[in-house]
Amino acid sequence: MSKIGLKKGFSRRSFLQGAGVAGGAVATLPGPLAAQTAAARVQGPGAVKISLRINGKAHSLSVEPRVTLLDALRNHLDLTGAKKVCDRATCGSCTVIVAGRAVYSCSVLAIEAQGKDIQTVEGLGTPANMHPVQKAFVENDAQQCGFCTPGFVVAVKAFLDRHPNPTMDDVKKGLGGNLCRCGTYVGVRQAALDASREMRGGKRA
Amino acid sequence: MPNKYDWPAAEKRQLIGKRINRLDGPPKATGAAKYAYDTNRPGGLVAKLLLSPHAHAKVLKVDTSEAEKLPGVRAVRVMAPAGSEVNWNGAEIAVVAADTEELARDGVRKIKVEYQVLPHLVKEEDLSKAGGFTKPSAEQKTGDPDKAFAEVGVTSEGYYAINTINHCCLEPHGQVVEWNGDKCTIYASTQAVGRVGGDLAKVLAADPGLSSIKPADIRVITDYMGGGFGSKFSIDRWGIECARLAKQTGKPVKLMLDRDGEQLMGGMRPSDYAKIKVAARKDGTIIGWDSESWSTGGVGGGAMPPLPYVFTEIPNRRMRHIAVSTNTGPVRAWRAPNHPQAAVLTMGALEDTAHKLGMNPLDFFLKNVGLTARGDVYRAELVKAAELMDWKAKWHPRGQGGSGHMKHGVGLSIHTWGGRPHDSDCRVSIHSDGSVQVTLGSQDLGTGTRTVIAIVAAETLGLPLNGVQVQIGDSNYPPSGASGGSTTVGGVSASTRRASVKALDKLLEAVASGLGTTPDKLVAVDGRIQVEGDSSKSLTWKAACAKLGTKTISELGRQPSKEEGNLNDNGVGGVQMSEVEVDTETGIIAVKKSVVVQDCGLVIDLKTAESQVYGAVIMGVCSALYEERIFDQQIGQMLNAEMEFYKLSGIGDVGEIVVHMMTVYDSRGVIGLGEPPAISPPAAIANAVANAIGVRVGGVPMTPDKVLAALEKGGRA
Repeated sequence: MSKIGLKKGFSRRSFLQGAGVAGGAVATLPGPLAAQTAAARVQGPGAVKISLRINGKAHSLSVEPRVTLLDALRNHLDLTGAKKVCDRATCGSCTVIVAGRAVYSCSVLAIEAQGKDIQTVEGLGTPANMHPVQKAFVENDAQQCGFCTPGFVVAVKAFLDRHPNPTMDDVKKGLGGNLCRCGTYVGVRQAALDASREMRGGKRA
Repeated sequence: MPNKYDWPAAEKRQLIGKRINRLDGPPKATGAAKYAYDTNRPGGLVAKLLLSPHAHAKVLKVDTSEAEKLPGVRAVRVMAPAGSEVNWNGAEIAVVAADTEELARDGVRKIKVEYQVLPHLVKEEDLSKAGGFTKPSAEQKTGDPDKAFAEVGVTSEGYYAINTINHCCLEPHGQVVEWNGDKCTIYASTQAVGRVGGDLAKVLAADPGLSSIKPADIRVITDYMGGGFGSKFSIDRWGIECARLAKQTGKPVKLMLDRDGEQLMGGMRPSDYAKIKVAARKDGTIIGWDSESWSTGGVGGGAMPPLPYVFTEIPNRRMRHIAVSTNTGPVRAWRAPNHPQAAVLTMGALEDTAHKLGMNPLDFFLKNVGLTARGDVYRAELVKAAELMDWKAKWHPRGQGGSGHMKHGVGLSIHTWGGRPHDSDCRVSIHSDGSVQVTLGSQDLGTGTRTVIAIVAAETLGLPLNGVQVQIGDSNYPPSGASGGSTTVGGVSASTRRASVKALDKLLEAVASGLGTTPDKLVAVDGRIQVEGDSSKSLTWKAACAKLGTKTISELGRQPSKEEGNLNDNGVGGVQMSEVEVDTETGIIAVKKSVVVQDCGLVIDLKTAESQVYGAVIMGVCSALYEERIFDQQIGQMLNAEMEFYKLSGIGDVGEIVVHMMTVYDSRGVIGLGEPPAISPPAAIANAVANAIGVRVGGVPMTPDKVLAALEKGGRA
């Protein structure tokens, strides 16, 4: 068994994988959020006002309750870093961090993400001031068309937050929840390892 | 005699051939890069399509009245009116534009369609069930195959198969269209910014009120695009309808395919199935080939792949082919069209022949490379690949892949590709403030085109990479060809080199007298203009450009231009070797290692070039082991038109990949690299699996069920 323990909380993937590094850093909605929602009053079907805290900033918007967090980000807030690809919690291109956990934002309702810290790729860094994970992606050419890249970057960031000193095998298991079509995995694997070293060193050159 | 446009000598290159980060890495890694799908125009509408659930049907009635009444729905257009025929599950019936994506979907659900279902065929592997859907083509014959098979020592016979797959671009097909009067802008996910506007103008000119529309009235912008692989050259029917919806509503309209639409009709690679016989002398010399193949590429059937592949000079050969028309969606070019299929068929048949001869396939291939167009290249590459794979130590005769249930094996394949550079115009402008713009109507699909252009311009002008600004992805820029078939890098690097040399010449003319010399004595190096070999007589780049005063240098470079340097070529060979481990209890295959040795001429950026090869191998692992379009003949539908069931490899599935570029051929100039390494992986992996388990699996993808069936049939379960 891997030295890395089972992630906290329930997710489809961690449930399926059992112990060890779960097959993919990305999960669907964490249980506690779902539970809160069940107890909440019924809303909709028309648009309702909601508030989302994204990258440290509060946003008020009006969306139908059926709108996913991904669509809210992309269509209502013009935060288009997270991409819509499979829309089925399979490919990970929509990965964002909610309450410290990587989630597939295509499979989380925006209304259920209220009251939680939401971090998107835009919150990690900018082209002029990149996060170590983003820098490692650039250095290792861990991207081609780039459509899966923001999701992968966020998944790596969340993975390293939980597993700061991973082995190559850990990376292969832990990032299994994101797919790339151009075939950038060789670069992504190395980027994850390089970024972990950089982040442990506390450097941000 | 050296030509001033020729590439600089190896020892003088500052940037070309080095490992350089792609220029658009930071915007992509930070989410700042805006793709067509990310384009949100003020007041924009979203359009969604209604697709046919039937594989083949006549449309009897389309009732859009309920959809039109929905609040928020702004326009509904019928694409398959009553009386028309649809030929695949996923064909477009109607499209709805609404204020939001959710409302557009509501509108689609309100459309009522009556169909008359017609007979269909969606599975082509079993020819006996293909009935009236087949069309044989004329037999091709060279030499006397019957005599060859009658006289030789060894005949190998086998069945080889590769199914249809999807492009599965992560950014689906689509665009945003915005009109301003009678002109429009398309933010498109396309491999051809220079083509789609003209295609659209041709269609729209027949629409009421648009008869005077010209290609120049349509501007196409593609700053970034999320994968094409050969499937994104056309404006497509949905692009035309998007433009019409935008015109009709007076608002920008975004229409991107949903994932199921992308998988159903966004692009398919043809299948190929073949019964193949190979005749060889006992010493291993191949002398005969006989193939009966069939394939589908949708309703148009499928053309014969290039058989026999690479070994085109087998003296006696007969090829027969049957095109099977199926109701499975439209075929589109897929990275190295028809070559991966031809490799699976040919290299499988040859590896089986080597087995029958009792020969190591490496020796067998080396013995027969004379039957290819590039024997010396393949020989050198096979030797190098064998060294990197440690082939001698790892290869074993079939059936000796280990004593337990985990079997180990290695396999190989060779491939070829043309990649003639496409036409390209490039404008290089040097301004008096020292800034440099390099402008082409090309596009970067993620292959590194933008970076390659910058490297060539900066190298030529003696500037650092950030000293030049590359502008691509706009149909208003000088025309450059569509990006497909590995034609881009040869085209854009040549036009950029020529434009840069011409622009530099103008600058040297402007500053020579001030430096007390003539232009021919001057060179541009390290951000300076100086007398060659005398750095005391020099100007910084900025100071030199300041001499331009109010003038701007603007020069056009072109591809082709025969007199202006030998800058590119076409035609390459490559080799791949694969190492696998097969679990004979579960039928699961793991690719442990892939070795790629690839001829590619002059490499401009080694880092992004290697990425192309890594990506090609990984795509090949996907189609070797996982990818297939699964159809149900009863209902005529594709059962896995979503990514949870259309399987791609993940980060842990691809093993170690070793890439070796044959840069010894760099005097040939620049040659495209996108297609060639994408050809061999399924063939090499299939051969490695046969080596591991002792029997050939009945087709690609080699899913566990097929592996177990092959073991059962071969008496090895």
